[in-house]
Amino acid sequence: MDDEPIVRWYWIGDHLGYLGNLLADHAVIALVPVLIGLLVAVPLGLACARYPRAYQPLAAVFNVVYALPAVAVFMLLIPYTGLATQATVMIPLTFYALAVLLPTTVDGLRAVPDAVRQAATAMGYGPWHRLTAVELPAAVPYLIAGLRVAAVSSISLASVGALVGRGGLGYLFMDGFQRTFPTPIVAGIALIAALALTVDLVLVGARRLLAPWAVREKGAVR
Amino acid sequence: MNWLSWLSDFFSDPNHRSGPDSIAHRIAEHLAFSGEALLFAALIAVPLGLLIGYTGRGVTAVTALAGFARALPTLGLVTLAVLLAGVGDTAVLVPLVALAAPPLLVAAVEGVRGTDPDVRDAARGIGLTHPQVLWHVCLPSAAPTLLAGFRTAAVQVIATATVAAYVGLGGLGRYVFDGLATRKYAVTAGGAVLVVLLAVAAQLLFVLLARYALPRGVRAQRRAADRTR
Repeated sequence: MDDEPIVRWYWIGDHLGYLGNLLADHAVIALVPVLIGLLVAVPLGLACARYPRAYQPLAAVFNVVYALPAVAVFMLLIPYTGLATQATVMIPLTFYALAVLLPTTVDGLRAVPDAVRQAATAMGYGPWHRLTAVELPAAVPYLIAGLRVAAVSSISLASVGALVGRGGLGYLFMDGFQRTFPTPIVAGIALIAALALTVDLVLVGARRLLAPWAVREKGAVR
Repeated sequence: MNWLSWLSDFFSDPNHRSGPDSIAHRIAEHLAFSGEALLFAALIAVPLGLLIGYTGRGVTAVTALAGFARALPTLGLVTLAVLLAGVGDTAVLVPLVALAAPPLLVAAVEGVRGTDPDVRDAARGIGLTHPQVLWHVCLPSAAPTLLAGFRTAAVQVIATATVAAYVGLGGLGRYVFDGLATRKYAVTAGGAVLVVLLAVAAQLLFVLLARYALPRGVRAQRRAADRTR
């Protein structure tokens, strides 16, 4: 390691296409689970907001799920989904995303002031119209705050999947370590941080667009 | 092969019963290393967080730092640390501490800032100095938030210590990676199950701490809040 610089720029220049492929793979592995998590969290959150008794145990279960180390969970799935498959990494990531998004959805739906809800009813909104026109928009800032946490964590967690053979950019860490060559590791960390930052900025922009009234950040401090 | 035979293979292996590769020794290694990382992280992050929370200066920087830390890949930091500083437990300790510190920092800041401002003013009004207010008023009222921060950090450290076995650290992760390297899935599965159990046990410990170890006044306050909810 004495004469090896931390970054050899020519290596990055020579492997741009390769890095691009890994980045694309990484984005799919990390972000598709967050999208699935969102699609499940909204209806589940609606049900939980309506039946708080069902929410308590569900929240406790997801609290425990969220704390399970990803390495261990990936390893335990190998007999079912196989080594080096997308499913082995994406199934646990979906549950981690759901564990973040479900509480934020419920918090968002609960945050609608009763007066607003009653006003909507008084104006003649039916339950469905009230949901789509009042309650869901009010939950949007919370949902986006949850999505930011879920997406950024998912992007960094997905790299651990390299240990079971499918981790997108995480592969660069194992490659660099095995060859005592830090350049791929630095490139991997930088690309993962850049991907996370980009997704985060897109979500902040989405909040500006979808919920311009939510000037200050709310909810989802995890 | 199924789970029953994998787990019985794993637990009945004489090497896993005594000696350096025994389950008790691996768990002790894992706990010692995680505890050490958590201790260093707390020594850095908690005093700093209390100060930032009390003065209100640098809160934005803390929030940004916490978001940035969440984006850092553990495997990348661990492999890079070992390549730069050489194989050894100290090299791995650096990324472990770096990943455990941000949740503690955020918890300390949020906890102090969450203190009822009227209570703070009252404490000043009856003549307490700023350090006294921080120590006797803000710290107890920050305790629940701080405890939640420790819980997040502990879970993070236990997971990262498992990953760090890839670069040669001891602990339960050894089973996971040795099993993969020797193509003995029973060993990997046994190690992974133990890691999951350890993480759940840590969670449980913090639930119990939150219930029984918080200052009495804070507990009463929380019970009242639960009742009105």
